Amino acid sequence: MKATSNEQALLKGLANNDSAVIELLYKENFSTIQTFILANNGSYDDAKDVFQEAMIALYEKAQTQSFVLTCQIKTYVYSVCRRLWLKRLQQKGRFSHPIDNLEDSISVDEDLEAHAKHDAAYAIMDTALKSLGEPCKSLLEGYYLQKMDMQALAAEFGYTNADNAKNQKYKCLMRLKKLFFAQYNIGA
Amino acid sequence: MEDLLVLETIEKYLDNQMDAQEKDAFELVRKNTPEIDQMVVEHAMFLGQINKYSAIKSIKQTLVHTHQTLLERGDISNSATVSGGAKIVQLFNKYKKVASIAASVGGVIALFISGLALYLSPVSHSSQIQQLSNDIAAIKKSQQYQGKLINEVKSKLPVGVKFISGGSGFLIDAKGFIITNAHVIKGSGAIVIDNTGKEYVAQIALIDQEKDLAILKIDDADYTSKKSLPYSIRKSTTDLGEEIFTLGYPRNEIVYGTGYLSARSGYEGDSLSYQLQMSANPGNSGAPVFDNAGEVVGVLSTREAQLEGVVFALKSNNIYKVVNDYNASNEGSKDIKIATRSSLSSMSRKKQIATLESFVFYVKSFDK
Repeated sequence: MKATSNEQALLKGLANNDSAVIELLYKENFSTIQTFILANNGSYDDAKDVFQEAMIALYEKAQTQSFVLTCQIKTYVYSVCRRLWLKRLQQKGRFSHPIDNLEDSISVDEDLEAHAKHDAAYAIMDTALKSLGEPCKSLLEGYYLQKMDMQALAAEFGYTNADNAKNQKYKCLMRLKKLFFAQYNIGA
Repeated sequence: MEDLLVLETIEKYLDNQMDAQEKDAFELVRKNTPEIDQMVVEHAMFLGQINKYSAIKSIKQTLVHTHQTLLERGDISNSATVSGGAKIVQLFNKYKKVASIAASVGGVIALFISGLALYLSPVSHSSQIQQLSNDIAAIKKSQQYQGKLINEVKSKLPVGVKFISGGSGFLIDAKGFIITNAHVIKGSGAIVIDNTGKEYVAQIALIDQEKDLAILKIDDADYTSKKSLPYSIRKSTTDLGEEIFTLGYPRNEIVYGTGYLSARSGYEGDSLSYQLQMSANPGNSGAPVFDNAGEVVGVLSTREAQLEGVVFALKSNNIYKVVNDYNASNEGSKDIKIATRSSLSSMSRKKQIATLESFVFYVKSFDK
């Protein structure tokens, strides 16, 4: 089963963080996952967590250049959620029932390995940014995440000119790099 | 200060904000100065990471926001019960009368049949995979048996503790480090018993729930370190069809079992485990799985409840991972060293077992 052109368009929208597309995907798939998790020892919050993680895994997959989805989106999302939930159940040691097998599912182990790596890198960056402290954190987030220019940042943080703000930004960046690589090398 | 300048230049270069002349000059510097070149590569990678972080962060925000919107609009529900209830209620109201008659007739028949089924059928298992650790009931039995032992030799058990779980374990370092399953160690302490019935007090050195492995350290004056281990632990994966055997404690005495490796992954495609064809019982959890040459290839952990002989073992390379974790967290002299050579390969099976017996332990976990 190949993804249809309509589905390809949806994936492209997801890759571009198009909120209308994400809303559509969410609406069409969430309740299936909710039913599945609730029927298998999970709560509403578990369903929300697992589903959102699967959407992120799909997003990551849609980002890669060599990306091909060999099945329908709904099958893929279901398979990822199923696998994630099984792992969590096993970790919690409350594996009671094998999960009902009405939907077809595909093997997503490789994708989930890649996702786990991304997730680890994300967590490292998140911790590094948080332990950076203010104003460094907001300054870097302003420049690299919100893509504000130096002039605007200088004004917002009260630097006398853009050059001073820039200087400060590079100092912060060096600290962030140090924090990040201290953790990242171990993980890699 | 100079570093800042270098960083600024690199970023300008990576952002493509240099004019042609500047760019050529910088590329020449890059070529001739490996340090600068390295910094450019590193920084490009770092910026890549920041961009990825930023993208995922905004997707996460979108998802949270979308969830909220759909919830408010009623497109999704936050109920904690399986959906579809409303439809069933409608149907029920419609056919209430018929249903109630049918139900009462059906109920009588159902009661009869279920009574019959209960009478005829063997005990069924509710779960599809079972951890092979002993449960409390099984422990109770062994405690009675143990009671006899306690009268003979003074037990190492602290007074007033309760057994919670038990299984098998084996030495990975002659200094007294034992590996077993994490689910075997449900209590706060453990004792290990060797094949001659001697008890030793052990500390829980590390528990990794995710890999389902735990390391115990024998902490007992009566324990004399063995010279060395006769077996090594396999780093690479094992081939399908490889013959394997195990030694464990499904009862109070060591038991030998044999089989073969039947799949490269475990339950539901779990890549941490192998599937084995052999028989195993509660108490086998944590037992070593050896290949013909006497090398450890896995740690027995779970079995499929409804299928006789389908057993799962954690791959032996996971042992290296938890040992590394332990050594990293425990700086200093008492690192775990795993033997690299097996001295069992040319022995007959009987001789192998006789040698191995004293390295496999009965593990009991208790709570105060």
